[in-house]
Amino acid sequence: MPLPLVWLIKVVLIYGGLITVAAAMSLAERKVSAWIQWRVGPNRVGPWGLLQPVADGVKFIFKEELVPEGANQTLFRLAPILSAVPPMLAVAVIPFAGEVSIGGHVTTLSIADLDISTLYVVAIGGLGIYGVILGGWSSNSKYSLLGGLRASAQMVSYELSLLLSILVVVVLSGTLDLRQIVNDQAGPIFAWNIFALPVGPIAFLLFVIATFAETNRHPFDFAECEPELVGGFHTEYSSMKFALFFLGEYCAMTVMACLTTVFFLGGGNIPWWPDAPWLLELTCFLSKMGFFLFLFLWVRWTLPRFRFDQLMALGWKVMLPIAIANVFVTGALLSLGWFA
Amino acid sequence: MNEYIGIAVSFLLAGGVAGAMVFLGSTLGKKNPTPEKLAPFECGKEPFAIPMGRLAIKFYLTAILFILFDVELVFLYPWAVVYRSLGFLGLTEMGIFLVVLMVGYIYAWRNGALDWN
Repeated sequence: MPLPLVWLIKVVLIYGGLITVAAAMSLAERKVSAWIQWRVGPNRVGPWGLLQPVADGVKFIFKEELVPEGANQTLFRLAPILSAVPPMLAVAVIPFAGEVSIGGHVTTLSIADLDISTLYVVAIGGLGIYGVILGGWSSNSKYSLLGGLRASAQMVSYELSLLLSILVVVVLSGTLDLRQIVNDQAGPIFAWNIFALPVGPIAFLLFVIATFAETNRHPFDFAECEPELVGGFHTEYSSMKFALFFLGEYCAMTVMACLTTVFFLGGGNIPWWPDAPWLLELTCFLSKMGFFLFLFLWVRWTLPRFRFDQLMALGWKVMLPIAIANVFVTGALLSLGWFA
Repeated sequence: MNEYIGIAVSFLLAGGVAGAMVFLGSTLGKKNPTPEKLAPFECGKEPFAIPMGRLAIKFYLTAILFILFDVELVFLYPWAVVYRSLGFLGLTEMGIFLVVLMVGYIYAWRNGALDWN
């Protein structure tokens, strides 16, 4: 089998998987919320409502598309694409499992193994904010504009804590390569970065909180915030463009769940079994990822929403100083030989 | 270099899927615009005042502060990668760098740049 074909198979597999997870999340969001609130949830389309995402997709395609009066035509159409593409690109460097054999070629189960994949994922993931800002700005609506502005302020504020908590992992592993970061955590469960006491759990907590803010999820969903801003940045969006914002959000959640797994929970590593078969590693990775995806939904239906000034205070006055101190302590402990 | 071909293919695929979805939605959906439908949503009232007016200065201030801290992070990443070979010297230097940064942070805090009230 020629090498380009092997790549194509990997690309199709990983993107097919990502789109499937995103579609499944749109159903899981409603099913889990129904379960937590003692309701039934969607149960008409297919068994257990399983075909609901397909029905939704078809419906979205044939819905009337509106571009509000006075909106910036180009940017209004570009914004949903800009919000969906970056998280899909970021998934390209996630190391899902170790070496696999496809058609005689031994290859790794990720689309690209870059030396700088941490920087890549952070840089590309950060671009997703443009879709939200431009969508809010180009709609010619007050609610959209406010939603977009809030999203921008919130995402840049929590980006700092996110990057600083990743920095702890980079200091511990001494590399920016996600695959090497995963390999570094092989062996006993204590090799996972979350157990790198005392800094690991703090970095993990900061990272998880920051991912909620970065993906505009509850309790930090100020970009939409339906009691105040109608629908926030996507108030004026309809049909498939509306769906793309959600595809982008679910893909971003998936990427963040993958990154949490890679940085802190040892990726696909199974504790005390470094040479596990790749299928088991992949299953292990996906179940860790699935837990964090479930956490997004669980938190949404458990915690009340913050106020915007509380959100900014938490980001700038609490998380930022802790994150900076955490990085310094990591460095100090490392040079004292604590993590040897 | 080969690895970046994978990135390029992903870019084409992701852009293609997203572009096709927007294109399909705008061609297959029916079109029946009326002035009421096209007006920006305003809870049932006639829209008044365009939304491109003045904005709270806080958003601007937050963006400026973000730039400062983000540039600092750009310096921290290479330091983190080679930290093991820098040893104690690297720690001291980064300590001085962070102290200078923290002085600026405390200054901004005491001047109320981080308050949203």
